[in-house]
Amino acid sequence: MLLFNQLQTYLYLALVLFVIGLYGVLARRSLIAILISVELILNAASINFMAFNRFLAPHPAVGQVIALFIMAVAAAEAAIALSIIVAVYRKMKSINVEHATELRG
Amino acid sequence: MNAVSAWLTPQTAATAAFVMVIGLTILGALIAVGARNIFHNVLGLCVSLFGVSGIFLFLNSPFVALMEILIYIGAICIAICFAIMLSEPLYLPPPPRNKVKVLGAAIGAGGIFVFLGLLLKKTQWTAAPERSADWSVTTIGHYLLTNYALIFELVSLLLLVAMLGAIVTARGGRGKP
Repeated sequence: MLLFNQLQTYLYLALVLFVIGLYGVLARRSLIAILISVELILNAASINFMAFNRFLAPHPAVGQVIALFIMAVAAAEAAIALSIIVAVYRKMKSINVEHATELRG
Repeated sequence: MNAVSAWLTPQTAATAAFVMVIGLTILGALIAVGARNIFHNVLGLCVSLFGVSGIFLFLNSPFVALMEILIYIGAICIAICFAIMLSEPLYLPPPPRNKVKVLGAAIGAGGIFVFLGLLLKKTQWTAAPERSADWSVTTIGHYLLTNYALIFELVSLLLLVAMLGAIVTARGGRGKP
């Protein structure tokens, strides 16, 4: 059985990518680094969809359509997040999440 | 000569390419999360996304692989570069790492890794009994405009709203500096 013809390989790869992204979201403090980690998590989700599409799904177009939707939503999310980052930097002169504490009670 | 030709089958070549693509993906992801310089993070993300698009090629979908390069590397990475230019200057030294936070994040992510890994090992997947072999881009287009037309329109609306929202948020009020 070839390595790239098994569903498990892709699922483990997506798991590794997801965990790396999760670590980044939890450990990093720069807003841009957190956004980059979120992109990694979204890519792990797309790999999962495409792997199930390749090996299990009844019709192979469905998973590709969903992967395209994930990309569109990721683009929208990145645009909004980056504009918020620019606005936060203009207001606080920093993009460190630990400095953005104006709403703390 | 004979030994080489016996070893160099299409299968081994494909497996070698696959391992390379996986290595690119994981190495890029590690750079994207681990490097201190924010610009190196973006470059790592680009490398990782190239790897992911190679994986999509192995999953029989050249169209999605192309879109991955076009949208993620061509649009999102470039947008992140612009945000880096518009925010904190790169010559400032990054703040020292918070040991407790890094350790907590590693423990949390490791716990989820172990949990999901065990789950993956236990699960038995069953394929659909009847599977179509139609991988053409034409079919994706048909699906987008028939079965998934509503989501397609919603996504375009979402992109429009996101674009307007990004302009309004980043620009600030007219009276403010």
